[in-house]
Amino acid sequence: MFDLDLWREIFQSINKNRTRSLLSGFTVAFAILLFTILFGIANGLKNTFKQAFVDDADNAIFIRTGRTTKASKGLQAGRRIQFKNEDFNYVKDEFENDIEYITARLYRNVNASYQGEQNTYDLRAVHPDHQYLEKTIIQEGRYINFNDLQNHSKVVVIGRLVEADLFSKTTAIGKYINLSGIPYKVIGVFADDGGDDEERRLYIPITTAQYLYGNNDYIDEINLTYNQDLNFDQAIALGNSITTKLKNRFGVSVSDQRAIRVWNTAEGTKQIDVMTSSLTVIILVIGLGTLIAGIVGISNIMIFIVKERTKEIGIRKALGASPRSIVSIILIESMIITAIAGYVGLLIGVVVIEIAGPSLEDYFITNPGVDNSLVFGATLTLIIAGAIAGYLPAKKASQIKPIIALRND
Amino acid sequence: MLKISQLHKSYKIGDSSLHVLKGIDLAVEEGEMVAIMGSSGSGKSTLLNIIGMLDEADSGEYILDGLPIKNLTEKKAAVYRNKFLGFIFQSFNLINYKNALENVALPLYYQGMKRKERQELALFHLEKVGLSDWAHHLPKELSGGQKQRVAIARALAANPKLLLADEPTGALDTKTSHEIMAFIQHLNDEGKTILMVTHEEDIANMCKRIVRLRDGVIMEDKKVIQERAEQYV
Repeated sequence: MFDLDLWREIFQSINKNRTRSLLSGFTVAFAILLFTILFGIANGLKNTFKQAFVDDADNAIFIRTGRTTKASKGLQAGRRIQFKNEDFNYVKDEFENDIEYITARLYRNVNASYQGEQNTYDLRAVHPDHQYLEKTIIQEGRYINFNDLQNHSKVVVIGRLVEADLFSKTTAIGKYINLSGIPYKVIGVFADDGGDDEERRLYIPITTAQYLYGNNDYIDEINLTYNQDLNFDQAIALGNSITTKLKNRFGVSVSDQRAIRVWNTAEGTKQIDVMTSSLTVIILVIGLGTLIAGIVGISNIMIFIVKERTKEIGIRKALGASPRSIVSIILIESMIITAIAGYVGLLIGVVVIEIAGPSLEDYFITNPGVDNSLVFGATLTLIIAGAIAGYLPAKKASQIKPIIALRND
Repeated sequence: MLKISQLHKSYKIGDSSLHVLKGIDLAVEEGEMVAIMGSSGSGKSTLLNIIGMLDEADSGEYILDGLPIKNLTEKKAAVYRNKFLGFIFQSFNLINYKNALENVALPLYYQGMKRKERQELALFHLEKVGLSDWAHHLPKELSGGQKQRVAIARALAANPKLLLADEPTGALDTKTSHEIMAFIQHLNDEGKTILMVTHEEDIANMCKRIVRLRDGVIMEDKKVIQERAEQYV
């Protein structure tokens, strides 16, 4: 039942005892404010870690080659290892079940020009799967497809910034650009979260590059992603297995670190996982600490308030107040103060984070912010803690004889 | 109206216990105005507190308006206090953050009366004590005599059967004391039963009956010729 008079009594008591109300509210608001800011900052740190790895797929394995450093199987050190299409197919067939996407890469540096505008760009000749490995976002047109590979099509997918550089007045799709003397048709424009460098790239079909630049079937690099359902240990094992098999295939010593280099993101991911989970633990400890401090604070204040109001309680009882009405007036008052103060603390915290957030990026804090439900949970915890902390002394006060309460001057 | 027989009360002080009331027998009729006198430690305040249900007796019988007051729950005691009793204290005991009107209306709030009704009634009682102009002042803005008059208005608000006053003039100067006493006498003239604790002879002589306590027993219980307080005002 909604008792308007009870609420009037409570609001009068809050309003007329402002110092007391403000002091107890301040403790709670401060606890929630700290909670919000600390959690926000910690979340920002976490976001930074995560963001550092969103650029590329986080389940990728990169295989590169170099010169041998050790003599092996009768071959001298210093031999250059070169991947060819057959090696690509070997990896693809050998590890078919574990591979999600796979692509070869061939690097070139080209001078691109369109109607007088020109610039130098990195060119990557790739398979269609490359789109998923690099997390390339197609903005317009399409990516390289299987038909392009089959036909050695002279088509190119250009980065957003390449379009901005070369096509200041028109759109790029369908136009022909000149790449070091050979015209290519632009079939797509892409964006990439990895930053400006990533968006100044050109992608063409691997077969086209092999045919045009050297007429061979050389490959610079093989990139793949493993199945998402592989766990960490399986992913590491896959990387090791690829290394072993390729070393064997090329007659490279097992201990040779340079000839065949396999870089497995699983190893990095593992470290990041450890990092973020330890960060989570730190966040939880901090949050819990702030909350406990808040709970202790509100408990102290409640005990103090009840003590301070003992005489008032005595008067009210002498005038006919039931113990229940005494308890409820004290409890509801404390809960209202806690709820309002908690909300104010949350609001201030959110505003502070909102204002300070962008300038914190230099300190590895990205997008700091807190889950609202988390803060509401924290405020609720404080309210309940305040209620429990207030209930016992209020109950006790409501049960003392009015004469003792009245004597308390 | 009120009947007490063989009332005992002792307080624990550390290991020993202090026997404050040692078998009190007292009967008060409706319309009486009784002064309870005694030196400090005689048990007069304890007796008043037990009568006021602010404290409980260890043994003995206490019947108020036909109702035995014994082993009351806090809730029931609260209802009885509200219904039967009005309190006037030496230190006024007004709630300091409520204005005069709100203080007077508080017992009516605990009766469950509607806000508008109880404000009207409270104003009526304030008018009766001559303080309707001060209705919206806080206790700290009132003089001692005014505070006591607000307290009297509050005690009267719930229309109690019995008015209990614990040294009602104890914190006031002589002139103000006489004003307050004149007012209390006036209430008694209207038929209100009044019980007051005092240690001042002249105040006691303004009642109609004096009960003297010493060491927890009634020494003397006599009717006196009431001295009117108006003559001093």
